[in-house]
Amino acid sequence: MHEESGKDVPLLEVHGLRTHFGTGPGAVRAVNGVDLAVNRGEVLGIVGESGCGKTVLALSILRLVDAPGRIVAGQVLFERQDVLAMRPRALNALRGRDIAMIFQQPKASLDPVMRIGRQIAEPLRLRGGRTRAQAWREAVELLGAVGIPNPEEKARAYPHEISGGQAQRVMIATALALRPRLLIADEPTTALDVTVQAQILDLLRERCRALGTALILVTHDIGVIAQMADRVAVMYAGRIVESAPVAQILGDPAHPYTRGLMRSAPVMGLVQQRLREIPGGIPDLSRPLRGCAFAPRCEARATAGVARCDTQTPPPFLPTPEHTARCWLQAAAPAAEPAPAMWS
Amino acid sequence: MTRYILRRLLIALPVVLGVLLVTFMIQAVIPTDAVTAMYEGQVTEDEAEEAIAAIRERFGLDQPWYVQFGRYVTHVMQGDFGESVRLRRPVAEEIGYRFVNTLQLTGAALLIGILIGVPMGILSAARKDTWLDVGAMTVGLLGISMPAFFFGLLLILVFAVWLQWIPVVPRGGAALLLPALTLGLIEAAPLSRIARSAMIEILRRDHIRAARSRGMSELSVIMRHALPGTLLAVMTVIGLQFGNLLGGAFIIEVIFGWRGIGELGVKAIQWRDFALTQAIILISAGAHIGANLVVDVLYAWVDPRVDYET
Amino acid sequence: MSLPDGATPPPDTFQAEEPVVARRRGGFRWALGRLLRNPSARIGGGVVILILLCAAFAPWIAPHDPMAVDTLNRLQPPSAANWLGTDEVGRDIVSRLIYGTRYFLLICLTAASISAGVGIVLGLIAGAGAPWVDAIIMRFIDMLLAFPYILLVLAIVAILGPSLWTAMAAVGVAGIPGYARLIRSVALTVKREEYVEAARALGASETQIIVGTVLPNTISPLIVYLSYATPIAALSAAALSFLGLGAQPPAPEWGAMLVNSRSFLFTAWWAVAAPGLVIFIAIFAMNLLGNGLRDVLDPHDA
Repeated sequence: MHEESGKDVPLLEVHGLRTHFGTGPGAVRAVNGVDLAVNRGEVLGIVGESGCGKTVLALSILRLVDAPGRIVAGQVLFERQDVLAMRPRALNALRGRDIAMIFQQPKASLDPVMRIGRQIAEPLRLRGGRTRAQAWREAVELLGAVGIPNPEEKARAYPHEISGGQAQRVMIATALALRPRLLIADEPTTALDVTVQAQILDLLRERCRALGTALILVTHDIGVIAQMADRVAVMYAGRIVESAPVAQILGDPAHPYTRGLMRSAPVMGLVQQRLREIPGGIPDLSRPLRGCAFAPRCEARATAGVARCDTQTPPPFLPTPEHTARCWLQAAAPAAEPAPAMWS
Repeated sequence: MTRYILRRLLIALPVVLGVLLVTFMIQAVIPTDAVTAMYEGQVTEDEAEEAIAAIRERFGLDQPWYVQFGRYVTHVMQGDFGESVRLRRPVAEEIGYRFVNTLQLTGAALLIGILIGVPMGILSAARKDTWLDVGAMTVGLLGISMPAFFFGLLLILVFAVWLQWIPVVPRGGAALLLPALTLGLIEAAPLSRIARSAMIEILRRDHIRAARSRGMSELSVIMRHALPGTLLAVMTVIGLQFGNLLGGAFIIEVIFGWRGIGELGVKAIQWRDFALTQAIILISAGAHIGANLVVDVLYAWVDPRVDYET
Repeated sequence: MSLPDGATPPPDTFQAEEPVVARRRGGFRWALGRLLRNPSARIGGGVVILILLCAAFAPWIAPHDPMAVDTLNRLQPPSAANWLGTDEVGRDIVSRLIYGTRYFLLICLTAASISAGVGIVLGLIAGAGAPWVDAIIMRFIDMLLAFPYILLVLAIVAILGPSLWTAMAAVGVAGIPGYARLIRSVALTVKREEYVEAARALGASETQIIVGTVLPNTISPLIVYLSYATPIAALSAAALSFLGLGAQPPAPEWGAMLVNSRSFLFTAWWAVAAPGLVIFIAIFAMNLLGNGLRDVLDPHDA
């Protein structure tokens, strides 16, 4: 459809996405106006504290939010097709084949009463048109490719018979079975032992590179971001507060929240003075936000004495062309293209 | 597997002993009544007292309760359930064929209950909060509120008297139809509730979301990933439901004149025929325990998550 | 499902300035308010209140004497004089049904009192007492649970001998295990709560802990369970009467009313249908009320 322009449009674009839980004035605004873009083959890291809406954002992209959650506004464009407007048939065609997803709890994400091999073979057979035997053979190959020893034997195992790390390998194999162009990984290593976390991340990077699959990596761990991501989006209270290529974020964070986040986590290869938690907690998302959501916890605001943080929501400013930050401290920088009226 | 079965049997042992204790109480609490019942209206009071004393001695009713209980258990284990004073023949002879009849009735009812209740519950869960769900749940609530004896009479009235589809006094297979239908339809109500809540619980799980993320159609998600777990959950309660059916059979058999142990049991209680009552209640409770044991073992065999080797 | 089939997302309905309404959960008034707004509780509760009124004012409401035999007018179909006809000895069915509410309530109250009373005590002792006491009580409960419910009821009737009172006692005793297990599990949960540990550390006696902390926590699950178990008890008692093992004719008890009229199913079906239908409606109303209570009190099953 968009053959000629296909190369310069991002693979995935999200505009003004809002996902609420519940209705009326008490609705929790888990995703509160998110814009982002993912290019072909790149790794976009989405980082934020738990409760900032990053998991709901990831689920919203594939329309997997369960009731009472509901996408109330915005666009999700995958190669210019609006995912949110798709009919069920088109949506099912997109899921798995164009965009796939892996989840935080790998063991719970596998059907407990179905053999692992069958679970991997299932999309191949139902969606990829393989015969039963072909699908099984391929499933065993895929198990081998994600580093499961004795794939023949493990294919016949049930999920409760394997470890969490192996389960996440199985999830990766299943998600990538149809060679999707985008994989959304929601905290893929959080539930796993520290020792296997790095292996899973390596595997993710290796498989995505091999297939040319872009990756959205959702995590609370800025260390994981530093290792994996090409670009980073920092999320706070349902919004993206800063985004930039990974080197810029780590080298010169523009938003006080990002700085706080980096101080609170050990990042490999970065010189740390001292680990410090950001004081205060995330705001109540069931109340309407006025001004910058981070203002009550913001140290920089106190020292710089910016008055409008409490009353006006900062628009995305551009400290450098590839770097946006929603912070009034960056007010000297030019504002991003979309009309600032949107952010009032 | 054999070890697993043996262990289940061992666990059931104290329960069986408890059941024996309860049925034993039927004779222990009312010994004089029972003896009086045998001679009611046949003798004078003095003669009766003498006879009672003689009979108490003969049956060992003058001995301490634990001796009596021990003898009772020994007799039961030898298949000796005593003699019915009313029918004047050994209890075991009478209840054998009646038990088979009751199993026929409850088996057919269970089948009807499963075939109607489980699909209804699954459909409700898949279409949760739609008119279909609300309708099915209302029917289910009506079902658990329906007195079995009234429903049975209602079915006779409608099918045998008004529509005349079934003779009032049916023979052969037709005789089983209405009682099994009554019991089965009533059983469908709790089964549909169980199936519905199991399915709703499973549909909330992570692996369902994961299956959806792979582009499985709603139908595939339900049939391939939610249904097996739901059926397993339903299976765990089938043993208990079978017990309820056995209890319900006492009422249904009376209404339809079905010659099972339930119909005889109600008579036995009215007659105060303690040996007969004891045996019938014991065998029903035994069947209940046995059914649960069978379901447990089957479940362990079917569900890959149960490790029965340990 | 995130979006209804094929629907486009609605326009941005985000309104930042609306005030958040303060809501208070819990408390008797709050529960009652929600109950009154619950349609199934309203219908069920309405019928239950009607039954209570009938029982209280039966002599004034009933058009005829429920026991007055009139053999000349036996098995009459419904008419202006006898709205639901007459039974096999010419008694007015409506009047008997109205008086039957008294039996119905008596059965419900007696059975629930026995089941809940004994069950709560056993459950508290088992849940809050020493492990060996718990083990003994639970073995006893397991023994009762080895019987299917109706079979246990019948076994108790067989031990005590058939009558209205033994029927009520039997239904009551057969209900004990459910209550005991419920209360025990609540007690075990509460016992592990931190504030109970704190109370114990401050020197509160076990009895004080049970009365002060465990008991209040049982109220809400207890009401939900009562609403679920009482209709079953009432249904079983009616079945016992129907089997001739409970209330005995000529008492105007609904189950017992069916015993004799049953033989006239083919000629005077209304004499069978009327009491049967009334039992059905009463139980259904109780279950509706129970559903409403569960919606209000049980946060898991919204």
